[in-house]
Amino acid sequence: MQIQNEPISEDVMGWLNHEHVPSKMFTHREFAFTLPGDIYLRYNSFMTMEDFRKQVLKLLPSRFEIGAVYSAMPKDKKTLRPGVLQPILRELVFDIDMTDYDSIRTCCSGKGICKRCWGFIAVAVVVLDSALRNQFGFRNLLWVYSGRRGIHLWISDPEALALTDDQRKSLMGWLEVVKGGKEQMKKVNVRFGKGGVSPLHPALNAAFQHLKSSFYELVLQDQDSFSEEDNWKVLLEYLTDADMKRNLREDWAADLNRTSEEKWDDLRKAMTAAKHKEKKGHATKSEAQKDPNEINVPVTDRYTAAMEDIILEFMYPRLDSEVTKHRNHLLKAPFCVHPNTGRVCVPVEPEHVFDFDPEKVPTVQQLIKELDQLGSETHHSGELGEDVPKIICQYHGPPGYESDE
Amino acid sequence: MPAITSANAIKTTYNIYDDPPQDDITLEDFELWAIDRMRILAEIEASFARNRSYKDMSETISALSRKYLPLNSTTAKSIDVDAERKKDHISHFVLRLAFCRSEELRYRYVKSEMTWFRIKWDGNDTTERSQFVESLNLGWIPVEEEERISLLPELLAASQITLQPGTTINQYIENYYKVHWTKVPDLVERRRVFLKNGFAYVPAREQASIVFQAFHTNLEKQLMLTAKALPRLDEDNRILPILEHLSQGFVAGIASEYHVANPADSVTADMIDEISNKHFPLCMKNLHETLRKKHHLKHYGRLQYGLFLKVIGLSIEEAMIFWRKGFSGITDDKFNKEYKYNIRHSYGLEGKRTNYSAFSCQYIFTNHQPGVDDTHGCPYRHFSPENLESALVTHYGNQGVTPSVLPEIIQQVRSGHYHVACTRVFEISHGLKSGEGVGDGVSVTHPNEYAARSRELERQKLAPVDRDYPPGSAMEIDS
Repeated sequence: MQIQNEPISEDVMGWLNHEHVPSKMFTHREFAFTLPGDIYLRYNSFMTMEDFRKQVLKLLPSRFEIGAVYSAMPKDKKTLRPGVLQPILRELVFDIDMTDYDSIRTCCSGKGICKRCWGFIAVAVVVLDSALRNQFGFRNLLWVYSGRRGIHLWISDPEALALTDDQRKSLMGWLEVVKGGKEQMKKVNVRFGKGGVSPLHPALNAAFQHLKSSFYELVLQDQDSFSEEDNWKVLLEYLTDADMKRNLREDWAADLNRTSEEKWDDLRKAMTAAKHKEKKGHATKSEAQKDPNEINVPVTDRYTAAMEDIILEFMYPRLDSEVTKHRNHLLKAPFCVHPNTGRVCVPVEPEHVFDFDPEKVPTVQQLIKELDQLGSETHHSGELGEDVPKIICQYHGPPGYESDE
Repeated sequence: MPAITSANAIKTTYNIYDDPPQDDITLEDFELWAIDRMRILAEIEASFARNRSYKDMSETISALSRKYLPLNSTTAKSIDVDAERKKDHISHFVLRLAFCRSEELRYRYVKSEMTWFRIKWDGNDTTERSQFVESLNLGWIPVEEEERISLLPELLAASQITLQPGTTINQYIENYYKVHWTKVPDLVERRRVFLKNGFAYVPAREQASIVFQAFHTNLEKQLMLTAKALPRLDEDNRILPILEHLSQGFVAGIASEYHVANPADSVTADMIDEISNKHFPLCMKNLHETLRKKHHLKHYGRLQYGLFLKVIGLSIEEAMIFWRKGFSGITDDKFNKEYKYNIRHSYGLEGKRTNYSAFSCQYIFTNHQPGVDDTHGCPYRHFSPENLESALVTHYGNQGVTPSVLPEIIQQVRSGHYHVACTRVFEISHGLKSGEGVGDGVSVTHPNEYAARSRELERQKLAPVDRDYPPGSAMEIDS
């Protein structure tokens, strides 16, 4: 196919290398190839983009991943003394994967993704993008659709590249909110102070402001997340008032058809009732006897905190922290074709992330067809649109993609 | 030895020790200064092992450092602060050489240096502190008042401060510094600061946390580098033995040496049974018991016990009587031939006529490991826990060391804090509070220290008012 000879290198080169002439940012960079049959080749490195291109065309990998810039050339790993090859620079990367949302999404599960559950990814993108720009001051953020059910973020500011593993870990500690495994019912624990109702940290409050506007539509209406018992039980975990908890549990267990919206309404009504009771001076005393630690905490504050925490638990970005914490982790390169879906890993603009539809991302088969048509008419520069630079055509992978749709 | 010139003088009592010293130094000072520092660090370790409160520890350590390594602030008149700081500086670097060799030593060194730094930090005046912080060049930018006020709600929320009823927001204004977030990773990780455009807004009260972090990171990194450089040390066998010796200092603390005490303390051969019973540490009780049972002691046992008794105040004449009576199973002839010379030798009367000092705990721990039939050494270190327990109950049972306190002592032994275990026994058997040690909270580092303090306590009890010698004169420390 003639397009294989198109000069596509500049995009990747410019992005990884930060200049046209190959520097250590390119020559000391690790590339890993996945060949058909689950053969995984790590520690490849190349002197020039041309070398890289040749190797890609020779191996025809089903995908390739980009790693860190090392202290020496990764391809020399076997000849170097142990310990000499150390990661030096690495884009700060994030990976959000829909599987972490399986417990709260109701439309798809496992490998599936649709426009509806993309909503979770979209809010995650908005929250993270603004946190990393406003709080950490990063400017060069590249969001890339992962090809199936998630999204990757590459940050290439010089100071992001230079972060040590420890600093990445601190940054992750700052960003991570939803913590704890399956057995941990209440996964958001961000409050300190007396009675655990201190106001949200400004960073979390900023996130909360983004989340609360979508909560109604996404979690209550579209996903109807609280229709499932496991999820509404989590909701009850955030309540401190034993009576209220018991009443709601009984009501909801009795009425299996109660929608999320109705349940959220029940909760709010119960809370408002408790607030009124407090105002009249009934509740405070009996509550105080229950838990001496919460004597001075007004019911109102406690319920506001509970509702905020619930929204965080169901909507705050769920991150795969290992990918971010370690410089030697690999991440699939942008513009790869996902080996199973055939979809191209296209960049996503955070401003338009809500409009993005993973099911409408071009697949490689589609592109080949379009290119064949174009190729017969005229030379095709730029007509594929900005989102799909030509690199994808370079290695449209081994034959026989399986689409799992 | 050139004095420190004003150009490289250290400006504050605090030092992050990033520039190695460039001066010439005598070998003697090299060792002595390091030993003085070691005394302080070893006591810090002991304090941790004995679970002392930070307050107690900081009092003990401040007293110790005034004695061995005083560091006065720049404003102090008539004191050569430069010399003090030079000693601090050099001793730090000597100990770095001694403690960089293994992961464990590095960890312990960093921990005790950090703690000492913290104690100094809490104790000194604010001018010294802010001068030091400035000299660190951490890239702190004070937050302008205007910005501070406009961000106040966020700043307060970030510090988890809730407004108390009846107060206004202005009462919560405090000084803030802007610092790049990578400089305060622990505060970021715990979400304890406000973050904007890559800068963390750190309240002034968290300043200490940043300085400690900087100190810690720097020291850890430097120790690794030192460890890598050490094999290339161009060394003529003068320094390595000193370093070897120093790095053992953590095992036992730094020993003080004891000289023959006040004449009032002198003892005669027939007093020893009684004194041993009342005042001796377990190692010496054990040797005494063996001598009485077997009428004999092996070579290193004789040496350890004999020198100890000499320092207690047993004269050479009395020593001859004591040992002759003790070795009752042998003839006069054999005694004169085989033992007399050695006893006289240890009193400096034969051979090269050195007046040997008694073994310190550290020496006993690390030299002449006892063989199969030997009874010398340190029971806390060289006995099996079961035997140690029964020995403790036998020897100190009537002085309060009952089976109920054994677990605590055995615990210290198991974690390698032999001198702490010994100190604890001293405290219990003398009815002292935990942490008092052998005076001023100091741990036992020498068997003679143990015995001298024990006898002194007894005298205080017997004659609380009428004392014709100052307290502590019996344990004059010669360093």
